[in-house]
Amino acid sequence: MSARGNGHAKILMTGNEAIAEGAIRAGCRFYAGYPITPQNELTAYMARHMPQEGRVFIQAESELAAVNMVFGASATGVRAMTSSSSPGISLKQEGISYLAGCRLPAVIVNIMRGGPGLGNIAPSQADYFQATKGGGHGDYHSIVLAPASVEEAYRTMFDAFDLADTYRTPVMVLGDGMLGQMMEPLILEKGPVRQHAKTWALTGCRGRKPNIVRSLFLKEGVLEALNLQLQKKYKAIQQKEQRWEELLVEDASVILVAYGGMARIVKEAVRGLRAGHKKIGFIRPISLWPFPVKAFRRPGKKSVKYLVVEMSYGQMVEDVRLAVECRAPVEFFGRSGGGIPTEEEILKKLHTMS
Amino acid sequence: MEKIYSRPRSLRENPTHYCPGCGHGIAHKLVAQVVDELDIREKVIAIAPVGCAVIAYDYWDFDCSEAAHGRALAVATAIKRLRPENVVFTYQGDGDLAAIGTNETIHAANRGENLTVIFINNAVYGMTGGQMAPTTLLGQKTATTPRGRVAQEGLPLKISELLAGLGGVKYVERVSMHAPAEVLKAKRALTQAFQNQIDGVGFSLVEILSPCPTYWGKSPQKSAEWIRDVMIKEFPLGRIK
Amino acid sequence: MTERIIIAGSGGQGVMLLGKVLAESAMREARHVTWLPSYGAEVRGGTANCMVVISDEEIGSPFVQYADSMIVLNDESLRRFGGRLKSRGLLVLNSSLAQSAPPAKIKNLESRPFSAIALELGTVKVANIVALGCFVAAGGIVGKGSVEGVIKGKAGEVSTDIITLNLKALSKGFGLAGGSRAKGGR
Repeated sequence: MSARGNGHAKILMTGNEAIAEGAIRAGCRFYAGYPITPQNELTAYMARHMPQEGRVFIQAESELAAVNMVFGASATGVRAMTSSSSPGISLKQEGISYLAGCRLPAVIVNIMRGGPGLGNIAPSQADYFQATKGGGHGDYHSIVLAPASVEEAYRTMFDAFDLADTYRTPVMVLGDGMLGQMMEPLILEKGPVRQHAKTWALTGCRGRKPNIVRSLFLKEGVLEALNLQLQKKYKAIQQKEQRWEELLVEDASVILVAYGGMARIVKEAVRGLRAGHKKIGFIRPISLWPFPVKAFRRPGKKSVKYLVVEMSYGQMVEDVRLAVECRAPVEFFGRSGGGIPTEEEILKKLHTMS
Repeated sequence: MEKIYSRPRSLRENPTHYCPGCGHGIAHKLVAQVVDELDIREKVIAIAPVGCAVIAYDYWDFDCSEAAHGRALAVATAIKRLRPENVVFTYQGDGDLAAIGTNETIHAANRGENLTVIFINNAVYGMTGGQMAPTTLLGQKTATTPRGRVAQEGLPLKISELLAGLGGVKYVERVSMHAPAEVLKAKRALTQAFQNQIDGVGFSLVEILSPCPTYWGKSPQKSAEWIRDVMIKEFPLGRIK
Repeated sequence: MTERIIIAGSGGQGVMLLGKVLAESAMREARHVTWLPSYGAEVRGGTANCMVVISDEEIGSPFVQYADSMIVLNDESLRRFGGRLKSRGLLVLNSSLAQSAPPAKIKNLESRPFSAIALELGTVKVANIVALGCFVAAGGIVGKGSVEGVIKGKAGEVSTDIITLNLKALSKGFGLAGGSRAKGGR
């Protein structure tokens, strides 16, 4: 459906379209992409609507070209974005590393599908490591945000572009095929769009010294000094930008942990268990990097267990274990390659823990 | 007394890191002169390659960006689309433009992006230690063709002729650095390629045959002669499109 | 209450649109709703399907493993999805194209010739909306008025004739439901 709403009434949109619309409303001036399922609706939406708004849309010749176009666009100081799905995101890693190295803001959307290799087009969360641990070469992180609904996916785009500009860093929005493809009602409310001064941008050197966008520093000590600055920035992000949702954790004896589309199913299970008077809580990390360690560090909290559920064979669970620091048992249940953990399977696993 | 020659405004005072007899220094200066003469220094945005010219931005005095190896034309495409009022050019070697970046090159050309491309062909990879380039001649010895390049390793890739066949490409000329008269022709070609962009003509490429005495294992003089006697037989000079 | 619905047929039968109209009708009733299509290479071939979940609460999975109700427009889809209908579930079946016997356990069956009826109305294209009308009457999950509102809401996108035809198809289908569990809808 191409109806773009009036900002007041509820409309039905797919996650892919909502992400695209969110990006446009967040001031995205440049989009380049290459077709890959299950994110094609996003690219097509951008093709339809970006030129109408006087913005630039390019179907690139490859994911490599797309992310490097985003690099160029960002270097001129505009908000720029690309999107893809797992195999295409692997190709984009080169560009993401360069964006991080050159301190360029950008938003990259990954609507994950089954892997490794060409895998399949079923929803998956198997790119968590790649997204949160760097992905490309070098000591860097992208901020990673994982919305769980179409409406949240839309809103996330405002946050993503703002974080990218604030910290001059690539931001990845991580969804899965289910989130990208499904439709849900949402209201296209305008989110906050802050203007960031970009004195470093390439605009032609009229009235100022030339600007140079670079990540190459051969002189002894220069790269190390810059990398230390980068690390300082990452510390600040870790302090200030942890985001998560929690439900009924105060008295919980077991806390279920899941993110993105998986969290919807887990949350439904938690509500069912609470209705049966089971003391089950729920944590949904929204920022996957920085990982919301604060959600797991509660002084005075004793004898709680965690169950992490993912559409993978155990990736975020490692960050939960690091956050918990051996103070509580952390168990895992996951499937990937097409299977989505069901409520029944989650309950069965929970049963083995008590 | 009249001053008849000085360093171009668009060239910084930094001494270059290039080897004696290398063509990059001359090519950089020509670009700077043309930029000055067209009075576009404050409008120019240059994309440096990966290769020997990777730090070209240390020598030019206008806005510059690096690009990942081979991706200069993807980066340039976005910049020009967003800022058509600027003059955007890439400066790329044979490995960057015609091997790892062939895809970006062909598609930017085929889209007819209104860009200026300066393509330095020295038939070898300089920065990494003299390995085979897509433009290495048959029989030419390099670090990775120690017995001389054979056909199975690829024939010298005539990317300019290949690009000339694309509808989006408006101007292609091959020039050389091997003699003063040729350098002057190169400057005229560069002027044309920049003027085309200013006039909105479209994708314009100048291929410059450029000496690499270090990895050709020749003196600067012999290198110039090798271009004249050998290289231009494979890569004929002149207007291709 | 949460209703998990599978809608299946062959490509070109308007299965996705049927699901979207149903989902939008639920949205008009201010209920939680999700719509999930089958996607990718598999939809290029024979069957198309989508899943709609309608609930008074926040919805977890938009994926429907076992359906509370099902609209099936061709034989192949019946064979593929028939076994995923819950034992007390409602099956709205297009008997014009689905000749196989539905699974014996299905008690709540509305088997009607939607394609033939659509042809009588002027075009087989509206078989999906005839089926939706029957589903609305038999399932009582969304109100007929809500669906009509959605169809009328497309006035800017399609001609008045098409809207009139679809409203007619909806009413025709609505009148077909016999042994329904909640005739008349909400």
